[in-house]
Amino acid sequence: MALATRTDRRPSRARTLWDSSVGKKTVMAVSGLIMLLYLVVHMIGNLKIYFGAGEFNHYAHWLRTVGEPFMHYEWTLWLVRIVLVVAVVAHATSAYQLSRRDLRARPVKYAHRRGRSSYATRTMRWGGVILGLFIVWHLLDLTTGTVHPGFQEGHPYQNVVGTFSTWYGDLIYIVAMLALGLHVRHGFWSAAQTLGAGSRTRDRALKATANILALLLTAGFIAVPVGVMTGVVS
Amino acid sequence: MRLTLRVWRQRAADTDGALSTYEVDDISPDMSFLEMLDVLNERLILEGEDPVAFDHDCREGICGACSLVINGEAHGPERTTTCQLHMRSFRDGDTIDVEPWRAAAFPVVKDLVVDRSAFDRIIQAGGYVSVPTGAAPEAHATPVPKADADFAFEHAECIGCGACVAACPNGAAMLFTSAKVNHLAVLPQGAPERETRVLDMVAQMDAEGFGGCTLAGECATACPKGIPLVSITGMNKEWLRATRRAGKR
Repeated sequence: MALATRTDRRPSRARTLWDSSVGKKTVMAVSGLIMLLYLVVHMIGNLKIYFGAGEFNHYAHWLRTVGEPFMHYEWTLWLVRIVLVVAVVAHATSAYQLSRRDLRARPVKYAHRRGRSSYATRTMRWGGVILGLFIVWHLLDLTTGTVHPGFQEGHPYQNVVGTFSTWYGDLIYIVAMLALGLHVRHGFWSAAQTLGAGSRTRDRALKATANILALLLTAGFIAVPVGVMTGVVS
Repeated sequence: MRLTLRVWRQRAADTDGALSTYEVDDISPDMSFLEMLDVLNERLILEGEDPVAFDHDCREGICGACSLVINGEAHGPERTTTCQLHMRSFRDGDTIDVEPWRAAAFPVVKDLVVDRSAFDRIIQAGGYVSVPTGAAPEAHATPVPKADADFAFEHAECIGCGACVAACPNGAAMLFTSAKVNHLAVLPQGAPERETRVLDMVAQMDAEGFGGCTLAGECATACPKGIPLVSITGMNKEWLRATRRAGKR
């Protein structure tokens, strides 16, 4: 006699991924790693500001012509932008939904509180919000120039110097980059755990990589306003 | 020892609770935390008051029944269960806060007792191996490498007390679920249900209203049995593997 077989159908892979807390963390991990890769490239590109207006502006122009003649003018740039927007939206939506679930899961706080997890871990949510707001300002400031008085289209070097010649430009940027460092410190290591790449033997290396990435990114990005503030870049 | 206790008192699941203050005297440092509560309860009964309700069973640290958050820490300051925590871990004159496990999925039944049936339902969803009953099989018929046996045993040590949920800032049951998933995934007996187990258990865990993992690591610090944080990484890996494979069928 044949035994009864389980016949219920499982939902599709995408449905399983999005409906599960573990799946949503996977979405966060992958989108986070995509953004992290972009940030490393972005940071290295930014440092070209130390080689003068000519090289920096030339580099900015090259970003629009990458892949020619196969790609049309700005196609590659727009492709990158689309991938980034999808990553940001996926990351933020998952984070919002997971946070809602987390807060619902612990409705009553302990009377006797003790925060033991690291500062980077505790500030992931608000740090993420700060970074989101920063990205909006950053795009309005240096991509569209909407909030940038005296913005010159096609002269990124001059625009960067303009932004970092104001105290609020420096302040917003540096605060956001410190938040970025903390976010990457916990985020990179967490992404590795979520994707199942962590292990007892690899833990130390992963934590070290997360710290180095966080430090390099923060230092590399902050080097630009510091260069303008100290007059090395003008 | 003379101690001041601030204990969570709540008449029933649907009533509001509050911390009540009690003074206890003549406490021996060799008493366990539960014995200290027994002393308090004896006095409360003599005074005609309602004794403090708390869960306990074996008092040997192996059943997972006791469940108190002491001074904000699940099972108190030592890495053990509340029944194996002794009063020598406190100082004379201390004020000690005693609260129940806090999680939406663990509703308070009375005082310090919470309903942990959600854990049972997670286990029912897949934390087992289906075997034909009958005579015990020949042990050598299914060889298990020593390293795998050790790994499985380390995770099988979970007593399901729920300290991980109580300690987690998100009220997540990831460490508990991962202990069972890892325990059975590595053994040949668990292999046939390896994919359905992790998918069903994680789905049940979500359905019970537990939070998600933010890798704060509080669970592994609180676990009296030392289930490691990397156990969660292992479950994530199992879940992703099962999701990839489920799509093929």
